[in-house]
Amino acid sequence: MKKRNRFSVPSKYIFAALVLLCIGTMFASYSTGFAGKTLSRICGYVFVPFEKGINQVGGWARSKKDTLDDLAETQAKNQELQAQVDELTLENSRLMQNQYRLQELEELYALDQTYGEYNKVAANIIASDAGNWFNTFVIDKGTADGVDVDMNVIAGSGLVGIVTKAGSNWAQVRSIIDDMSNVSAQVLSTSDLCFVKGDLQLIDQGMIQLYQLQDTEGRASIGDTVVTSHVSEKYHSGLLIGYINELSLDANNLTRSGTLTPAVDFEHLHSVLVITDLKQNGAEQEEE
Amino acid sequence: MKRKAVMAVLIIITFLLQCTVFQTLALGGISPNLLVILTSSMGFMRGEKEGMAVGFFSGLLTDVFFGKLFGFYTLLYLFLGYGSGLFHMMFYDDDIKLPMTWIALSELVYGLSVYFFMFLMRSRFDFAYYFLHIILPELIYTVVLTLLLYRLIQRLNRFLDRLDEDTAATDYSAYTAGPAETDKQTEEL
Repeated sequence: MKKRNRFSVPSKYIFAALVLLCIGTMFASYSTGFAGKTLSRICGYVFVPFEKGINQVGGWARSKKDTLDDLAETQAKNQELQAQVDELTLENSRLMQNQYRLQELEELYALDQTYGEYNKVAANIIASDAGNWFNTFVIDKGTADGVDVDMNVIAGSGLVGIVTKAGSNWAQVRSIIDDMSNVSAQVLSTSDLCFVKGDLQLIDQGMIQLYQLQDTEGRASIGDTVVTSHVSEKYHSGLLIGYINELSLDANNLTRSGTLTPAVDFEHLHSVLVITDLKQNGAEQEEE
Repeated sequence: MKRKAVMAVLIIITFLLQCTVFQTLALGGISPNLLVILTSSMGFMRGEKEGMAVGFFSGLLTDVFFGKLFGFYTLLYLFLGYGSGLFHMMFYDDDIKLPMTWIALSELVYGLSVYFFMFLMRSRFDFAYYFLHIILPELIYTVVLTLLLYRLIQRLNRFLDRLDEDTAATDYSAYTAGPAETDKQTEEL
C-alpha cells in the first residue's frame, strides 16, 4: 500500500548521512563559529512572532494575577510606607550631602562611569532554553535593532549576561548564572580581580561562583560589591554583578573563592536592556 | 505532502510550547521535555524514517535558538528518533507501557548524553548531583506528562495514518472521520 516511492533509500543510509552532516556542522561550529546564519534568519521570522504573541498573553495573565494579589497587599502596605516616607525624606536630605562628596571623590578616582553613558536598547525575553541544563534565553531584538554578538545585557541595576548569537529580529543571551558563563570581575572596595562563574549546582540556591580572588590579606568581606573588571575583554567595566555571600581561602593559600548573590533576580526576569556599544570599539561608536 | 505539513506544524507548536509555556510550568526549576516525547513517540509509532525526520528538525530548532555547538542537539534528537524507530515493530497501539518505557529511556539517554558531552567534558564530575537534580526529575516529569498526553499522541498517530491513506489510496477518502478511526483500531487488532 505504501510502495509509492520508486527509489526508496534504506533509512540507515539516510541516518548515516545525517549523522555525518551533524558532526560536520559541529566541527565547523567549533572551529569557525559557524552558526547557521541564514537558518537563524528564517527561523527568526517563523518563530519570533509566535513567541512574542505567547509572551504577550503570558504577560497579560501575569499582570492580571499580580493586580489581584497586589490589591490586598497594597492597602496594608500603604500605611506602613507612609510612615517610611517621612523617615526617608529626612534620611534623603542627609544622603544628598553625601552624594556631592561622592561625586567629588569619584572624579578624583576617575571612576565616574555609570550606565548612563552607554547606548541601550530595551528588549523582552520571549523564550527560555528548551532544556534544564543551560540558562540561555531569547530576546525579541536582533541585528535589525543594533543588537549583536558580545553585547552586554543588563536589567535594573545589574549584569544579566551577554549576547551569544544574533538573528535579524532575535538574539540569544547567555546569562551569568549559566554553567558556561565566566566573567572577569573585581571586588569594588578593594579592586582585587577575580572570576565569576555560573554553576548549575548553585542555581537552586540563587548563587553563582566566585573564584581566584587575588586577595591574600583577606581584605574583601562578605557583602562586598562585585563588578565587572576593567581587564575583561567583552564586558564593560563597572557593571554590578552581585554581592559576596561566602569566602574562603583556597588550598594554594594565595587566592580565595566562594559564592556571590547576583544583583538581578533571574527567576522573575521579563525584560532586559542591551548595551549596544561593544567594549572594543566603544570609542568609535561614540564619535558617530 | 499533507502529512509532512502536519508534521512540520506539530514540531513548530511543540517547540514553541517547550520554550515558552512549559518553561513557566517548571516545577522546582525543572521542565519536561516535550521534544523528546514527540521525537521518540513518532519514531516508535511511525518508524525510523519519520522518527529521524522529526528528531532532525526538532534538534535543528533547538540548535538554532539555544545551541552552544551547532549540530549537537540535532545529532542527539536524530539518534533518539532513529533509535526509537528501530523498535517500531514492537509497537502495539493500545499498549501504553512500552511507549512509556521507551520515552523514559530516550529521556535518560538524552540526559546522560547532555551531561557527558556538555558537563563531564568541562570537568563537572559530580554525576550524582546532576543525576538526582536534573536528569531524574526531568525524566519523571516527562513520563508523567506522557501519561497525560498519550491519548492525544495516539489520536495524532491515527490522524497521520489517515492522511497517509488519503494520499495513498483515494478509495479510502469515502470514510468519514468517525468510522475510519474505529476501522483503524480493528485493523490493528
